[in-house]
Amino acid sequence: MAKIQLENITKKFGELTAVNDVSLEVSDGEFVALLGPSGCGKTTTLRLIAGLEVPNEGRILIGDKEVTKLPPRERDIAMVFQDYALYPHMTLLDNIGYPLKVRGVAKPDMTARVTEVATELQIGDLLERRPGQVSGGQQQRASVARALVHQAQVFLFDEPLSNLDAKLRLEARAFLKHLQQEVGVTAVYVTHDQAEAMALADRIAVMNYGRVMQLGHPLDVYRRPANTFVAAFIGSPPMNLLPCEVDINAGKILFEGDRVLDIASYRERWGGVLKNGRDITLGVRPENIAISSTEVPGSIPSRVYVIQPLGGEWLVVTQVGGELVSVRLFQDEAPELSENVWLKFDLDRTFLYDKNGDLLQ
Amino acid sequence: MRNYESTFSKLLLVLFSLACMAFFALPLLWLLTAPFTPMTTLSVEIPDNPTLDNFRTVFKNEFAIRALFRNNLIIAGGAMLSVAAVATLASYGLSRTRIVGRDILVYVLMLFSSVVGGTAAMVPLFLLAYHLKLIDTHVGVILVMTGGLLPAAIFMMRDFVDSIPRSYEEAALVCGAGPFRIFRDIAFPLVRPGVAVVAIWAFVNAWGAFLIPVVMLRSPENMPASVALYSFYSEAGTPVHTLVSAYAFLYGLPVLVLYLLVNWRFGFRFFGGIKS
Ligand SMILES: Nc1ncnc2c1ncn2[C@@H]1O[C@H](COP(=O)(O)OP(=O)(O)OP(=O)(O)O)[C@@H](O)[C@H]1O
Ligand SMILES: [Mg+2]
Repeated sequence: MAKIQLENITKKFGELTAVNDVSLEVSDGEFVALLGPSGCGKTTTLRLIAGLEVPNEGRILIGDKEVTKLPPRERDIAMVFQDYALYPHMTLLDNIGYPLKVRGVAKPDMTARVTEVATELQIGDLLERRPGQVSGGQQQRASVARALVHQAQVFLFDEPLSNLDAKLRLEARAFLKHLQQEVGVTAVYVTHDQAEAMALADRIAVMNYGRVMQLGHPLDVYRRPANTFVAAFIGSPPMNLLPCEVDINAGKILFEGDRVLDIASYRERWGGVLKNGRDITLGVRPENIAISSTEVPGSIPSRVYVIQPLGGEWLVVTQVGGELVSVRLFQDEAPELSENVWLKFDLDRTFLYDKNGDLLQ
Repeated sequence: MRNYESTFSKLLLVLFSLACMAFFALPLLWLLTAPFTPMTTLSVEIPDNPTLDNFRTVFKNEFAIRALFRNNLIIAGGAMLSVAAVATLASYGLSRTRIVGRDILVYVLMLFSSVVGGTAAMVPLFLLAYHLKLIDTHVGVILVMTGGLLPAAIFMMRDFVDSIPRSYEEAALVCGAGPFRIFRDIAFPLVRPGVAVVAIWAFVNAWGAFLIPVVMLRSPENMPASVALYSFYSEAGTPVHTLVSAYAFLYGLPVLVLYLLVNWRFGFRFFGGIKS
């Protein structure tokens, strides 16, 4: 195992900048997830670490060795490809064993090791088949097995579980988590699935347009999004974002339609960083809002738009002026609400973002 | 009315196709029946008492038999191997490296091939072979044939190579394999159907070649079957139908067998391994 360092990496494809000045350090034995919308440069970042692309700028180190321009085989990595890339003319046994074959491992040892890994991933009885003769999910597990079959310095996973059904995904996830805790693998893990990232990763890097928007512990990223992009991307439903104006001297936040929120007691916390109170965005997660049918102090009025059952919890979507605000209620029976309700934000878990979308404080 | 018209035009189309088919099928049918008929004419007729006598006579013609079973095999086999080997490596290189003006290069090569392989370049090719002391050698014929067939072969092969996703090779790179190993373990097995197609195509082309061998070779014992066919003409210069058809039958057989063999061995199946 070894650490990975990306220093100011930029990768351009012609005019398009796929990875833009990314710096990232993955410590020895750490599991970092890359999360972001389609086309944000996750796969490209992995390919740069793997050595399948050479960056236009910046340096890459694996262990203490600079590998920026070295070919993949001098980096000792293992990778799961987004499109699996299993060799169609080989059986799964030969596919999974290929990294061992390349390293000159004898056939019986190879077969034993492959069988071991494949059994863990529940494809042990398919080893004589070719990739075209097994299902998509089985192909995906075979490509994961090929990566895990030999003890590489660094593991790179490109959406390795995206094609599995819910149950298999949970099992494979547990297997990876177990592997990570047992062996302490250094891994970079690309995924679309936030829950997967939260469950597996020591740290999450949220990317957009080739940049890392926030890097941190999964709970920190969830609880304190560093900018409105991360706030809107993480969580389902994501954080509520409301445009507002802040009058810090009066201790008030003004929303559309003359709605006023009293924040006098929070002047301390926000006062220092708020110079211009206009073009502010307030962010609060749906679970950090209390809803009531009668007016309570420190709340703002709104109208119920729709109530959705989510199985054990309820999602109440309300309208504050033209904006929709979601509220999550954890209760069994359907909430009984009048049409006009009052929302009370948990101000300890409410964040203000400036007009560039960056967190204030 | 329109229905009637379209039925009528369909009928015409079918009749026309049938006429075309008959035009091409008749000579083939003749080739199947004539060799087994004692007194062959130019009409297709099922022989009343089929005979192998014609083949016996043909096999007594040592010159023609050596031409077919030795010279032709050497020339066509040699051209097949060299074209398949060079075209595979060249198209792999062309497909997998970023060369400026790569496509133009391929098209220019294509253009030149019609000259190099054709009649126009016969004199310079002959002189070149003369100075390299390759006149009257099979190597000389193979080289000229290869030169003529290669560009089109590379063009065909490149389609095959381009259709193989790079992911396979990248996966092998990440597994720690070097370029030579990747070619041997991954790229070559994947393009093998393409190699088979190009190899057959080269074999058939060289098998039937007449002009280049006749110009490049001197001694009768080196001549291929296309030339030896003329030994079954009477002194007056007219073909002896019984023997010509029997020899032509033998001449055509290997191509057919090779095609069936390759089709059976490689087929054109392709197992997936890439998520689509
Ligand atoms: N070889 C290439 N040539 C040109 N552009 C490319 C190439 N590879 C990627 N790109 C572009 O770079 C950007 C980032 O691509 P990348 O594959 O890294 O996205 P991603 O985050 O993995 O997306 P997804 O979640 O859909 O897999 C995209 O706009 C893509 O079109
Ligand atoms: Mg991707």
